[in-house]
Amino acid sequence: MKNTSPLKWFASREGLYYLALALLLVVILPLALDPFRLNMVGKYLTYAFVAIGLVMCWGKAGILSLGQGVFFGLGGYCMAMFLKLEASTPEATAIQSTPGIPDFMDWNQLTELPWFWEPFHSFSFTLLAIVGVPVALAFIIGFAMFTRRVGGVYFAIITQAIAAILTILIIGQQGYTGGVNGITDLQTLMGWDIRTDEAKTILYFVCVGLLFVCLFVARFVQNRKLGRILVAMNAQENRVRFSGYDVAAFKIFVFCLAAAFAGIGGALFTLIVGFMSPSFIGIVASIEMVIFCALGGRLSILGAVYGALLVNAAKSGFSESFPELWPFAMGALFIGVVLAFPNGLAGLYQTYVMPLEDRLFKRKPKAAASAPAKPVPAARQEEGRDYDPMLDQYSPEKS
Amino acid sequence: MNAAKAQSKDFLLAVEGLTVSFDGFKAVDDLSFYLDPKEIRVIIGPNGAGKTTVLDLICGKTKATSGSIRFDGKELTRLKEHQIVHSGVGRKFQTPSVFEDLTVFENLEVSYPQGHSVMGALAFKRSAEVVAAVEDVAETIFLKDALDQPASLLSHGQKQWLEIGMLLIQKPDLLMLDEPVAGMSVAERKKTAELLRRITKDHTVLVIEHDMQFVGDIADRVTVMHQGKVLSEGSIEHVKSDPKVIEVYLGH
Repeated sequence: MKNTSPLKWFASREGLYYLALALLLVVILPLALDPFRLNMVGKYLTYAFVAIGLVMCWGKAGILSLGQGVFFGLGGYCMAMFLKLEASTPEATAIQSTPGIPDFMDWNQLTELPWFWEPFHSFSFTLLAIVGVPVALAFIIGFAMFTRRVGGVYFAIITQAIAAILTILIIGQQGYTGGVNGITDLQTLMGWDIRTDEAKTILYFVCVGLLFVCLFVARFVQNRKLGRILVAMNAQENRVRFSGYDVAAFKIFVFCLAAAFAGIGGALFTLIVGFMSPSFIGIVASIEMVIFCALGGRLSILGAVYGALLVNAAKSGFSESFPELWPFAMGALFIGVVLAFPNGLAGLYQTYVMPLEDRLFKRKPKAAASAPAKPVPAARQEEGRDYDPMLDQYSPEKS
Repeated sequence: MNAAKAQSKDFLLAVEGLTVSFDGFKAVDDLSFYLDPKEIRVIIGPNGAGKTTVLDLICGKTKATSGSIRFDGKELTRLKEHQIVHSGVGRKFQTPSVFEDLTVFENLEVSYPQGHSVMGALAFKRSAEVVAAVEDVAETIFLKDALDQPASLLSHGQKQWLEIGMLLIQKPDLLMLDEPVAGMSVAERKKTAELLRRITKDHTVLVIEHDMQFVGDIADRVTVMHQGKVLSEGSIEHVKSDPKVIEVYLGH
């Protein structure tokens, strides 16, 4: 039963689900779509990073954040600041009254680069900041809230307020942030033009690669004891506390993890779309991110990826034909998911498709396998149990 | 002062002058009692006497307004809940609180006293030792055959046992049980009494219980609480014949 080698893992049920996703993203979509559409899929995938984080944070640990756009935006702005500085060479901005600073600063009568922009001349600092800034903010929020036992609806409202505050701050500080227009006219990354079709295709594959890195990090966390503690905390917070765990520390950890994923997604968004603006980080954007996660299945990290892809594809489709209807369609979608299938697509898949798979591959149905209480096996291993895609973790061990 | 200190060291748990006030209402009022190592102490008293609040105060769920709780020479009133657990105090709640989404095995494994920090929980490995400890405790709590079942499928009594098992695996010096046989069938009650008798051989136990038969079975000493204060304390015979206890609790 035990399959520890990577090759065997790919042949397991869970491995096949990952392979299927890889096949779709790496082979099928690039072959089927033109560079413009592929770039759009890349954009959708950047939201999948946020959705994976929400699965860990909301689905597993029960911490609903309605402000993930904040972290997505911070990652995105860090990347945008670096790219903007690269685009604002003294030569390229010679017509400005102060050459060498970003154009919007010049329009706002700034005469020198603000201090917090300076470090973004460095690419390595920028890479650190893309993860570090969202995580630092998540840590501060998490520390302030979770050590005071603020949770549930109150936490959701506070995160939403933070999303509103950050949006207002960015729009208000036009000279420092580019205001409501955001940071636009980004051209090159270390001298490499990111606007060509070829670059966009490469960025798409970078995005897919990093998405799988995040998927595996999330998978690692949820298959460790830490993952079980998150699930346990969700239902019986006090029991976890009185089993000797510092509940606040675990909540801060998972909130920071989700923020890190969102930051990476945001940075890729900036690269793929070519600009960053406050409209991607506000309340509406943040709630949309929760819908991606809910539709895909809030307990499944793979489901979250499909959720982000499908909702965004539907959004583009709808917006092209009936732009005014999309908000209603999305609202209906969310209500539908919550009422009809609370575990999202992953839940539907498990209920309706997995029994078919079982029959097709002549696997023993799960119920039959677990019915008799057999003697306890001598050696227990976390690996080698049946994979449960809805919970996205291993089911109880069958002997 | 020195003499008092030296004296309090001999007790495993020394509660002195403990008071907690909720908006002026003193749920526990200047309460003092002492537990010897390996002692089985049962707290009884009418509803609202503050029994559960005492356990809440000891395990840190509620913060004391004043007074001290010294456990094994350590002051608990300033510690956080998880630090109190690490000092060796285990608490079982009145309603069974187990992790329904996890299996019985995982419930016990999560309670195993190792890997309590975030990084520790990431690095935690299911070693042979852990498996042995889990199976050992599962045997004690009559759930050896249910290890792979989700805890949500257990009966009420089994959940109570599982929660007791989750305490046992922490290897606490002091076990606090809040009405462990409440809501149990007669057969389950019997088994639980047997389980407690076995546990109490090598633990100090503080139990809240109403079932006088059960109390008489297990208690070394009984503390009767009334309106946040100690009404009477001593052997079961002593408190049963105490007129004050008969008046407010046992009835004539």
